[in-house]
Amino acid sequence: MPTTPLAAPVDLDGVLQRHQHNPTRLLQILIDAQDLAGWLPAPTLTHIAAALGIPRARVEGVAGFYSFLYTRPVGRYRVLFSDNITDRMLGNDGLMDALCRKLWVEPGKLSEDGLVSVATTSCTGLCDQGPAILVNGLAIGQLSHRRINEIAELIRQQRPLDLWPAEYFRVDDNIRRKDALLDLQMPPGDALRAAIARGRDGWLDEVRASRLRGRGGAGFATAVKWESARNAPGADKVIVCNADEGEPGTFKDRVLLNSYADLVFEGMTLAAWAIGASEGFLYLRGEYRYLRPQLEAALARRREAGLLGTAILGTPGFDFDIQIHLGAGAYVCGEESALIESLEGKRGTPRIRPPFPVVKGYLGRPTAVNNVETHAKTCLIALYGGEAFADTGTAQSTGTKLLSISGDCAAPGIYEYPFGVPITRILEDCGASDTQAVQVGGAAGICLANYEFHRHIAYEDVPTAGAFMVFDGTRDLFDVARAFVHFFAHESCGFCTPCRVGTSLLKGFMDKLADGHGARADLNDIEWLDRLLKNASHCGLGSAAPNPVIDTLQKFRPAYERRLVSLDFEPAFDLDAALAEARQLTARDDPGAHLKTHEEDAQ
Amino acid sequence: MKQFLLDGQPIPFEDGQTILEAARAAGHYIPSLCWHKDLPPHGSCKLCVVKSAGRHVSACATPAKDGAEVESNTPEMNGERRGILQMLFVEGNHFCPSCEMSGNCELQALGYEYEMLTPRFRHFFPDRPVDASHPDVLLDFNRCIFCELCVRASRDIDGKSVFALTGRGIDKHLVVNAESGRLADTDFTKDDRAANICPVGVILPKRTGFAVPIGERSFDGTQISTETLKEES
Ligand SMILES: Cc1cc2nc3c(=O)[nH]c(=O)nc-3n(C[C@H](O)[C@H](O)[C@H](O)COP(=O)(O)O)c2cc1C
Ligand code: SF4
Ligand code: SF4
Ligand code: FES
Ligand code: FES
Repeated sequence: MPTTPLAAPVDLDGVLQRHQHNPTRLLQILIDAQDLAGWLPAPTLTHIAAALGIPRARVEGVAGFYSFLYTRPVGRYRVLFSDNITDRMLGNDGLMDALCRKLWVEPGKLSEDGLVSVATTSCTGLCDQGPAILVNGLAIGQLSHRRINEIAELIRQQRPLDLWPAEYFRVDDNIRRKDALLDLQMPPGDALRAAIARGRDGWLDEVRASRLRGRGGAGFATAVKWESARNAPGADKVIVCNADEGEPGTFKDRVLLNSYADLVFEGMTLAAWAIGASEGFLYLRGEYRYLRPQLEAALARRREAGLLGTAILGTPGFDFDIQIHLGAGAYVCGEESALIESLEGKRGTPRIRPPFPVVKGYLGRPTAVNNVETHAKTCLIALYGGEAFADTGTAQSTGTKLLSISGDCAAPGIYEYPFGVPITRILEDCGASDTQAVQVGGAAGICLANYEFHRHIAYEDVPTAGAFMVFDGTRDLFDVARAFVHFFAHESCGFCTPCRVGTSLLKGFMDKLADGHGARADLNDIEWLDRLLKNASHCGLGSAAPNPVIDTLQKFRPAYERRLVSLDFEPAFDLDAALAEARQLTARDDPGAHLKTHEEDAQ
Repeated sequence: MKQFLLDGQPIPFEDGQTILEAARAAGHYIPSLCWHKDLPPHGSCKLCVVKSAGRHVSACATPAKDGAEVESNTPEMNGERRGILQMLFVEGNHFCPSCEMSGNCELQALGYEYEMLTPRFRHFFPDRPVDASHPDVLLDFNRCIFCELCVRASRDIDGKSVFALTGRGIDKHLVVNAESGRLADTDFTKDDRAANICPVGVILPKRTGFAVPIGERSFDGTQISTETLKEES
């Protein structure tokens, strides 16, 4: 676990040995090495490279990719404010300012005594109990000014994290509506026994009959994916459970991992039975590392019970085990091929496809990547059969869906509904009123205006990976879109030109509008960038990045037009503002020290 | 013989050939920056973007498919390419008149080819120090377009891994294989394949500046499309 030592002896060799000097474990090694000293000094990277027998530049390349790895000193206390739009709506900026003032530190900088650094980070998956922070990687929610004061005091006193009040670190499930999955109380092993009794083919037939589709966003048919992996050449197949859950506003996998871990691990084992895989990985986002100890304990219990390991449940030839890999702050690693790169200890850059992971995935082996919820759902299919599963939901979207609801509503949290549920029903259930818009599916998803609330959650209508953020009449949808654009710019992996440069350009245009320098020409450029990103990007991150802008420009155009100062062209550069330093130096602020403003122009 | 249609023209191909390879072999130009005939496709610059069956794909990385209809030399695709070039120009610091590669630079030549008349977007003006530590080779990172040709050539051809990318997104940048960060402290030599593969003006030999005068360089008299097809036929 992360610690805050002053000058801990850095036992790199212990870390390297624990990972068998295996270069594919480079990311895990860097995370562990950083836990020892708080950051990764240059000689540490050199040492790791030499010990693993790989080029130092490769190690530096990986260390520089992940937001939670630091190649420059950071505070012994590292405070990261979750910066999803829902955190912003709950006033995270005021809280961050207050903490910085109390600790005499500037955002993004290290305090002079090296004690503390404060910065922002992408959505930490605590939108139902925000505003939230991570302190040395551990999540604290429900921040208030009072709690911030207490935290400032604890940091000033240099109190070790394990002596901080335990209730700070309590993360609630906030389950508000249960259906088939969340109501299931299954003794571990029951689903596996049922699937083994059907035989590998019979089990795959059930999954096919269920018409289960992936819950991670793309909605790919699970049986088709599993069958492709099973039929792909190569005996050593791999199961990956995607617990990267980086989509802003999504936190349902957090709850499944916290309270339904056995269903998730059983689902992975069911996938292994269908495909004939012997090795499994749970890729756990760094933000959720506080769950790791209890997940490891669950895995140990399952090994003990014969549900993992060799000859599972006494079935000769059914060997399978699961290990947990940590992410380190990179949304793109939720994309399955980037995830696989990351599992191999590399930068999380999406691969060229074909070949698809089911044919050539982890270390070139056939690999089936599924979402946490997808894996959990397969337990229902094993227990009750595919047809029973397909009885709920709609024609193209069978079963139920977990929604992570946050924003302007009385009861944020987890809601499980059969597919086909209308937006109006959900808004009613979560106690939302005067709703102006909902963002379904996270930043990459779709923004619905109130005239669309009759629509339904389903792949054939409004698809979603689970996020459902509510905005009432007091919110400015331009601010929402701008927050998401900042998110994509921060999370672009930088591999392809359109996304690397395009997301930054888009951010620049949105900031220009926010600063009051927008012009009609900017809207044209924004629309042009939207199209290029959508068309030419290498992966789903870049092609989804313009979604929030496209939707809000179409549905909430006045929010943009209100911000335009001129109808054709206006430079982003503000000549008068550029003179501020000169005014400060000459101690002048009289009218003669200012250029004409637009207000004067208008008079 | 299998074939696909490129802007309405039949292009024959063999199994395993990409759209870009087959097109160029048949005398049709599709632009590229990160692709190189001696290395596996990379698919990052997106200059080779074409439309196949209505979907945008990278021609350098997409296998040719029998009967496919591919659009490439159209106002729409060329407009996107111009936009991508503009992005690459504003992202780095490209002062072509003072660059030793001017006239041999593929980025500059593509700017002419696709009639890029303005940078269109605001310049990023990144701060990228020059590395002049090596006795024979200068690194001017200001012009790097992240094609990773040097990275891949050094790793896969020279067997050295002198270069790598670090950082993420718009902060991505090139580093060399030394704790000091200096090229002089690596095993790089001027005869490495990686020393002679950069399509722009980053990796430059010292003491041979302007050996070929401006006006007589590769793309001074001919378009890069013509030059490329000539070389590859
Ligand atoms: C940028 C990006 C981020 C993604 N993040 C996640 C994620 O956090 N969790 C997830 O399950 N799928 C994510 N996906 C989708 C995965 O690529 C993949 O489709 C999914 O894990 C497959 O599982 P499923 O079929 O069970 O849905 C992401 C995709 C993209 C393009
Ligand atoms: S679209 Fe963005 S995230 Fe995806 S490969 Fe390109 S740069 Fe990386
Ligand atoms: S230095 Fe040249 S070859 Fe290397 S990545 Fe940059 S532009 Fe490409
Ligand atoms: S040449 Fe195809 S992406 Fe660069
Ligand atoms: S001429 Fe463009 S980079 Fe040198």
